[in-house]
Amino acid sequence: MIELNNVAYSYGGDALLNDITFSLAPGSFHFLTGPSGSGKTTFLKLCYGALLPTEGDIRIFDHSAKDMGRDAVAYARRRIGVVHQDCKFLDHLPLDENIALPLTVSGQATPDQVANLNELMSWVGLTGKGDALPPELSGGERQRAALARALIMSPDVILADEPTGNVDWEMSQRLLRLLIELNKMGKTVMIATHDLALIRAAKAQVSARVLRISNNALQSAGVDL
Amino acid sequence: MKRFLEFLSPLLRVDAGADRVVPPSGFTVRLTVFTAAAMAFLTVFALALSLASGRLAQTWGDDLARSSTIRISAPAGQMAAQTEAALKVLTQTPGVESARALTTEEQKALLEPWFGPGLPIESLPVPQLIDVAETSEGFDSDGLRLRLQAEAPGAVLDEHNRWRRPLVAAAGRLKLLGWVSILLITATTAAMVTLAANASLAANAQVIEVLRLVGATDGYIASAFVRRYTVRVLTGAAVGTVAGLLAILLMPGSNDAGGFLTGLRFEGWHWFWPAFVPPLAAVVAFAATQGAARRVLGELA
Repeated sequence: MIELNNVAYSYGGDALLNDITFSLAPGSFHFLTGPSGSGKTTFLKLCYGALLPTEGDIRIFDHSAKDMGRDAVAYARRRIGVVHQDCKFLDHLPLDENIALPLTVSGQATPDQVANLNELMSWVGLTGKGDALPPELSGGERQRAALARALIMSPDVILADEPTGNVDWEMSQRLLRLLIELNKMGKTVMIATHDLALIRAAKAQVSARVLRISNNALQSAGVDL
Repeated sequence: MKRFLEFLSPLLRVDAGADRVVPPSGFTVRLTVFTAAAMAFLTVFALALSLASGRLAQTWGDDLARSSTIRISAPAGQMAAQTEAALKVLTQTPGVESARALTTEEQKALLEPWFGPGLPIESLPVPQLIDVAETSEGFDSDGLRLRLQAEAPGAVLDEHNRWRRPLVAAAGRLKLLGWVSILLITATTAAMVTLAANASLAANAQVIEVLRLVGATDGYIASAFVRRYTVRVLTGAAVGTVAGLLAILLMPGSNDAGGFLTGLRFEGWHWFWPAFVPPLAAVVAFAATQGAARRVLGELA
């Protein structure tokens, strides 16, 4: 689905990632860990075409990222649900319209999809919050709303960058269970986090591969976390 | 054709969702609508000025080009004889279609604007005027002057050229100035919309980031801004055009005494010209916003 071949990425002359080869297989569950500033967010951005590698090649759904125009990247993103730690919304639109935004921009906002929206909001525990504006939500609600927005198009891949960074332990477990459930439904999931406790909790419930970015390189962390 | 339709697609695609993704900005909306209205108002006036000048230039150019006047200044006892001699010369001159001496009443009417009604013209030493109409070939003015000098020494030929040419030139310049003004107003509208759209796009960088994150294409994002500005400018220009037309209608009617100033209005089918102002403004806004959106989206990529 997403392949990185000998990928390097530099910014301002500083190498952030170097010689990374990796393949995200369909239905897999990955954790990406490493210290703050190690390049986890950069790695995810490379995976969904927000950044282009300075060396090597990235293939997103069998298309080389370097050859994809901005429209092709936009179409690819409709198959990749992205959740950021600092969830950004359109603050002037109510929450239900924000969650339905991927449907709106892709011209798929049909009545059936709206029914799915209500179901999805219920699934992430945001029933009754549809009319609220994003600034009125708590950190946990924003994280769940971002997850719902990432899932509304039923994407093949879910990339989550520190999805539990702004929430308490109970909420992080709840979000984790949602992501594991999605993986069991066949979705490919990759979570970037430095929360090792979260990874240990997940490994008890799902077969997850843990990767670590260290010294600009991607390594398999194995089970010895 | 396909590329043209693709270019126009942001305007033709009515998408309530796309219209809502850009946050409303009340002050900017009012400012854009007001500026478009003011520009349209000025365009209507520039159009009226240009068309009126065109009419004036044509009148002075065509109607007066083929007419001349002979003024006979002679002692009262010789006036009739010299007038008759001049008319005889004129009937024998090739290129003269007709010639007739103005009646006392006609001469009185010519002087009335300056001296008022009831002027005792009979008791004043007023020159006799002869109106001469030329054929399309025209006459030899130098030859005619020589013959008049011999037959009617008090006759002076005035071909109107001395005052007509600068007036026609001035009217032509005014007409050109009107069109240049319209071009400048159009360019200013484009610059204003570009600045407003640039500011709006820059202020909405986070909106653009979110839209891109959820899979919006550049065309979709641009269309949200393009439609908004095009509709604003179209609305403002429509209001400004109607206001401009009302102002023109309220101007005094055209008459001979008022001359050029009272002729500053539309005539006949020229009243349809202002109808093109709002669509023109919308096209300018569309192109300016489209250009600004593509450029800013390219920079934010």
